[in-house]
Amino acid sequence: MSELRKDPFNVIITGVGGQGNVVASRILGNILARKGYYITIGETFGATQRGGSVMSHLRISKRSVWSPQIPKGKADFVVALEPIEALRAMASYGHPGLKVLSNTRPIYPVDVIAGEKVYPPLAELKEAFSQLTDDICFIDATEEALKLGIPILGNVIMMGAVAALDVLPFDTADFREVAVESVPQDKLDINMTAFELGKTLAKRATCS
Amino acid sequence: MNQLCDTREGTTLLLMGNEAIARGALEAGVKVAAGYPGTPSSEIIENLARASAERDIYVEWSVNEKVALEVAAAASFAGLRSLCALKQNGVNVASDFLLHLALSGTRGGMVLVPCDDPGSLSSVNEGESRYFAKLLELPLLEPGDFQEAKDMTKWAFELSEELRGLVFVRSVTRLSHASGNVTIGPLQEGNRCANFKCDGFILDPETGPIITAPVPLRHSMLQEKLKKAREIFEQSPFNTYTGPEKPELLIITSSACNLYSREAVAVLGLEKRVGILKLGTTWPLPPKLMQKYLSLTDKILIVEEVLPFLEENVKVLAMDMAQTIGIKQFYGKIDGKIPMVNEMNPDHVINALAKIFNLSYAAIDPEFEKKAQLLAFAKAPNREMTFCPGCPHRASFWSIHNALLLDNQQGFVCGDIGCYTLAILPCGFSTLKTLHSMGSGTGIASGFGKLTRFGMEQPVLSVCGDSTFFHAAIPALVNAVHNRSDILMVVLDNSGTAMTGFQPHPGLSVDAMGKEVPSIDIAAVCRAIGAKVAVSDPFDIEDTEAKILDMMENETGARVIILRQICALSPEKKGKKKYEITVDENICIGENCGCNRLCTRIFRCPGLIWDKNANRAKIDEVICTGCGVCASICPAGAIKKAEVAIS
Repeated sequence: MSELRKDPFNVIITGVGGQGNVVASRILGNILARKGYYITIGETFGATQRGGSVMSHLRISKRSVWSPQIPKGKADFVVALEPIEALRAMASYGHPGLKVLSNTRPIYPVDVIAGEKVYPPLAELKEAFSQLTDDICFIDATEEALKLGIPILGNVIMMGAVAALDVLPFDTADFREVAVESVPQDKLDINMTAFELGKTLAKRATCS
Repeated sequence: MNQLCDTREGTTLLLMGNEAIARGALEAGVKVAAGYPGTPSSEIIENLARASAERDIYVEWSVNEKVALEVAAAASFAGLRSLCALKQNGVNVASDFLLHLALSGTRGGMVLVPCDDPGSLSSVNEGESRYFAKLLELPLLEPGDFQEAKDMTKWAFELSEELRGLVFVRSVTRLSHASGNVTIGPLQEGNRCANFKCDGFILDPETGPIITAPVPLRHSMLQEKLKKAREIFEQSPFNTYTGPEKPELLIITSSACNLYSREAVAVLGLEKRVGILKLGTTWPLPPKLMQKYLSLTDKILIVEEVLPFLEENVKVLAMDMAQTIGIKQFYGKIDGKIPMVNEMNPDHVINALAKIFNLSYAAIDPEFEKKAQLLAFAKAPNREMTFCPGCPHRASFWSIHNALLLDNQQGFVCGDIGCYTLAILPCGFSTLKTLHSMGSGTGIASGFGKLTRFGMEQPVLSVCGDSTFFHAAIPALVNAVHNRSDILMVVLDNSGTAMTGFQPHPGLSVDAMGKEVPSIDIAAVCRAIGAKVAVSDPFDIEDTEAKILDMMENETGARVIILRQICALSPEKKGKKKYEITVDENICIGENCGCNRLCTRIFRCPGLIWDKNANRAKIDEVICTGCGVCASICPAGAIKKAEVAIS
């Protein structure tokens, strides 16, 4: 993968406050900026951090910076750290043929915790996704991160999976170069392990 | 290495808008920066604080925005370059001093960076700082992308010195909290020799005292400065035109709307029919430049956020020039092509253009859109905002709420600005009944507390955070004590300015640059003012509830209870569980218990899960932070807490 499929190529990284979504978009943006791309990242955080949906819009271009908000229906790739957030992003920014990579671990909205709303089982969600796109991969990123003892590393596992899907022009060495400067030194090895794990998982994953 | 101190001139970095602004200040040789935290502005001061040692600058989080502006002004008066950054509400707080600073003028280059929050993404209002520039007769600059955020900030210091007055550089959330490529320039050392010359002639701008008198004379001097700014703006490289020589429609825009407009024109493929005049200098508007571009076509669309500031000012100019440029057809907020409220995005501009050019545009394949929205509606339950797992505020409001119920006299709580604002929602048991500005909960309570003579017998409570206490609540408490108002003020002390990212405040023993400083004790301040004071740990539900009730029922006058527990996200607490929490499945009997699912239905901590199939509450091991409060509220004793050994 050396060229963009489209210019600007529009990526949405979505999830819930506290999942490391903003960090993931910064790292990915930095990797690609170093490769000479114009990068624009729009982030929604602040009050939305408190249990709300958090979405980063990443625009990758050889030509210029773009709007920090992707126009409706114009996402090319959705990376979801939480599965229902993928569905939400698709409803506003999707189109038939959209590529999706989703973590499987749910984070329940408070209304679900309270028993007022229902969070659909994963099988039901997968069925819903299949009505909207033929190009979707699921990764058990949080479960694998829990095995590493650090659940937040789910975001790095997802980035490894992104690298393996061959959608964006970067790989392990590029990730390492940016990670060296963005994560604490004693956490570098575990981040690299998580990244590699993500790559392996993506290659093994059953993508529809 | 701190990215903002990078010396490789010409290197391109991916910078957040706020980082670009901070870099611009460093390239201008800023020596003093001050602010009060507020989304979306906080990262400007944070980044300058991080660079403070390397660049030898003084950076502080001031007690509030007015004092921040005064601190920055002092540096300017002493000949140094200074910057003050704040969110839009901060301009309101600083406005009394601002009005006078505009008149008195400045010496060292001084820049005010207000960051507005169109769409109120992290605010409780949709305020506008642009009108302040007009009201105060000060020049206003608005960066249209990330590179300009850096370049215009740097230039603003030069402009300020040329005019001897304050310059506004206004940002918005979608620039401040977005990132893009920025090519960096050389870092300047800047003047570091501070000396306040004040013995000269009263009107000498270099050596005289810095005052606003004589007012009419100073006012006319201020107006001369604004005229000079207008002249300078005629040649500014930050006003740019992109498009054909003879466009059918001219878009006039500024700030983040520049990026939305460019995108909209590209999406609709209107590059040959639409021109974009992107203005970087939006007050005062340069008339010659405006005349040149207004002459290009008779149809003008103005794209901006919040109020029709640009639209009104352009229309006034166009009216003056009507004999030369002819009558124009204006589109924008006033004719309804662009929404009057909320933030803009490319789609709003696309829709406006589609209407004007009579184009049909469907953003999403209609069939896909219908299906996707139905599925999202059915399968993706909304995420109502809530306090974080382990948040002390959830516990505090639990006790306040219960105390009010036990007291049973229709007592209520007046709130203000902070994470605890969320207590207007079910996550805080809908406890807050008034919500306005910083510190206003206690001010309003002070007023309610005087209404007994008119028959009001409801107990009156207020809440404020620790940073808010220092920012604006002390005068309100003084007022309540002095005027014998019957109130109970609850200070929710979580040891930091949590909502905006743990900036220190005067109650802590560390400053913005990480240096040790004297801390000011909230309880001692309240006692010195003359209030009765109690302190409790909100995680100790029993003690907190008892103390609140006791204060409500057995005391009169202005009383204060300080609920002290560190924020769950604070660096010292994050990732460290005090307790391992489990649910004893033999004791929890779910719907069959008389508790009516108190933990998940009412307490609603995100660390809890209601397992409908098992008919039991469960703990989400990934989310739970181990505060142990749910164990205290479970009436059956089914939720167990075991102390985690400190490793």
